[in-house]
Amino acid sequence: MTPLLSVQGITKRYGAHIGCADVSFDLYPGEVMGIVGESGSGKSTLLNCMAGHLEPDAGKVVFDTRANGPKDTVTMSEPERRMLSRTDWAFVHQHARDGLRMGVSAGGNVGERLMAVGERHYGNIRDKATDWLERVEIDAARVDDRPVTFSGGMQQRLQIARNLVTGPRLVFMDEPTGGLDVSVQARLLDLLRGLVRDMGLSAIIVTHDLAVVRLLADRLMVMKSGHVVEAGLTDQVLDDPQHAYSQLLVSSVLQV
Amino acid sequence: MSEYNFAYLDEQTKRMIRRAILKGLAIPGYQVPFASREMPMPYGWGTGGVQVSAAVLTPEDRFKVIDQGADDTTNAVSIRTFFERTAGVETTTKTTDATVIQTRHRIPEEALTEGQVLVYQVPIPEPLRFLEPRESETRKMHALEEYGLMHVKLYEDISRHGHIATSYAYPVKVEGRYVMDPSPIPKFDNPKLGEMAAIQLFGAGREQRIHALPPYTQVVSLDFEDHPFEATKADHPCGMCGALDSYLDEVITDDAGGRMFVCSDTDYCEGRQAAGFVGEMNHQRAFSVQPLLETEA
Amino acid sequence: MIELKDVSKTFTLHNQGSAVIEVISDVSFTVSKGECVALTGASGAGKSTLMRMIYGNYLTQSGAIRIGDMDIVQAEPRDVIALRREVLGYVSQFLRVVPRVPTLDVVAEPLRAVGVSAADAQERAAALLAQLNIPERLWSLSPTTFSGGEQQRVNIARGFAHTYPAVLLDEPTASLDAANREVVLSLIEEAKARGAAIIGIFHDEAARARVCDREIDVGRYTPGMVA
Repeated sequence: MTPLLSVQGITKRYGAHIGCADVSFDLYPGEVMGIVGESGSGKSTLLNCMAGHLEPDAGKVVFDTRANGPKDTVTMSEPERRMLSRTDWAFVHQHARDGLRMGVSAGGNVGERLMAVGERHYGNIRDKATDWLERVEIDAARVDDRPVTFSGGMQQRLQIARNLVTGPRLVFMDEPTGGLDVSVQARLLDLLRGLVRDMGLSAIIVTHDLAVVRLLADRLMVMKSGHVVEAGLTDQVLDDPQHAYSQLLVSSVLQV
Repeated sequence: MSEYNFAYLDEQTKRMIRRAILKGLAIPGYQVPFASREMPMPYGWGTGGVQVSAAVLTPEDRFKVIDQGADDTTNAVSIRTFFERTAGVETTTKTTDATVIQTRHRIPEEALTEGQVLVYQVPIPEPLRFLEPRESETRKMHALEEYGLMHVKLYEDISRHGHIATSYAYPVKVEGRYVMDPSPIPKFDNPKLGEMAAIQLFGAGREQRIHALPPYTQVVSLDFEDHPFEATKADHPCGMCGALDSYLDEVITDDAGGRMFVCSDTDYCEGRQAAGFVGEMNHQRAFSVQPLLETEA
Repeated sequence: MIELKDVSKTFTLHNQGSAVIEVISDVSFTVSKGECVALTGASGAGKSTLMRMIYGNYLTQSGAIRIGDMDIVQAEPRDVIALRREVLGYVSQFLRVVPRVPTLDVVAEPLRAVGVSAADAQERAAALLAQLNIPERLWSLSPTTFSGGEQQRVNIARGFAHTYPAVLLDEPTASLDAANREVVLSLIEEAKARGAAIIGIFHDEAARARVCDREIDVGRYTPGMVA
């Protein structure tokens, strides 16, 4: 089976400082991978390199495109990469306002990706937007309201709807539950799990919340100072961590 | 005014502006940056249009200026006078007689012909600006033809008003490539943009951009399949000349709710009246003229 | 079906002076289809550790653990995930679920994961929950608020929803009343009858005697215990 995403030796430096160094892994269709590590461990740098927001200094990010099979997204042309990022890829930001247009209605936010790929029938766009609002448990009657009138959890769900409406195959998530109330987090996690299963999505989730990765991720990578110190099955890494840093990370979590 | 160069601007500046104009004509709809000069009038008063006019005027030209269709408003009069004094060119109010027409917010009703140049005053040339504030990003969007956002604006219109409520500065796609803001002309004028025989030049002074449409360019107004573009106007005949096909201004005539609709293109309206067309309210000779007539009677 | 060969495990505690603890060394045994094997030994002998190694939850330092034709010690994470989805079931002592998800969906999920339709999966889940005496009014609630015994039964229902060819059971009858214990034992017997290979930890000696064909004393393989 061809990996959906094959990351090979990704390195990013900020001057003398290492963002992430020599990171490699394969992600297969339907797999969810978590990346954990403390602030500054390089997990967000890595995510941004993979999603095309940052240009790595070395390495490849090979994505199995629908049309032409595996292609290195680092060296592909910018139009091609931007096309990927609004069709087959999705990016869920930690802060919903970074991923939403706050001055545009919920329907317009969800519809934008459809219009970006050429949908020109208002009725169809609106129907799809409404359908997606319901799928992320937002009342369809709010389709014309702006996200500024939404709660934090609703904004995050709207961001997810906006990202998933074009049926992407790979979702990048940067701390998707960060900054949300615990009860809202749970609802979002449940929603994400259902969507991942029903749509056969692959996802890469950056977080520092070990409980989130345990529930969402099949596999886990632990990063420290830009390096991957341990990788494996999520429950294996969390229950039987091998590296000193992973052990520290797991043992540092407060028990409820 | 011998202390000024012909048409106010020095020759090097005009050369620079002409280059921008030529580039704009070569890439229809593309916004060409240019080094806009300080002009002896405030931004918002047509400094972009004035610089473009100055760059294309020759001593043989006949110059016309309209503001919202009218030759007799402050803005039109002052710009016309400006070029009378700095270029000494002949001026006219007749659309058919003019070789260069500078306009704010209208396209003349009379079809323009080959050899004529229409210069638009443009406040904000970037159609994506209100949705995407980053210039770096809008440039990239133009470069990569990522115009989905433009439809988001129209989508918002329909979701809020039930129809596309954008009635001026209605975005268009030029030759199937660049999305362009046609300046704040009413969307009634949009169909005239395409396949026009005259050259159309757009100057934005404050924003330092020039874009252009060469003659006979394809210009399509953006829309949705189920909400097609419509060139709308007030559903009335002109009160003065009875025209049914021209864009109308609504004029309040008294304090008691009295109003009338008249052609916004004054030259067109006067031409029709001279040819004997009379609108329903013309017998009153509206405005302050009316009491005078009564005294005479 | 399940075969362990020279399996050893150590824990290295990097943050506690890099202490190395040997927990299990050189375990070898086989469990055939339709067979139920009990792991026995004193508390701390490593029964749960060994079971977690078989599930791939704990890393095995050396040896081979073959389930069907896959060596879980060498397998890639995605192969282990596929194995757990299709072949290897595990009823742990703890219920770990996303909060807010209804009990019926929690139980149906393993079936949904192997492609069973939502309706069929829920039907099977409902049958199991009824069999395990979980009142129907609780099915639409999240099991996170249930009592220990109820959670245990939800866990068992979930573990038996899909007919795994290999099943690991960690104290399946603990904290159950006689009636429910009887239901669980009959579920185990049914699984054996359809050919599942089962490894279990049972403190309940009567239960062990009834369903298990053999016992393996894990204490024999625990270095600390032998001395």
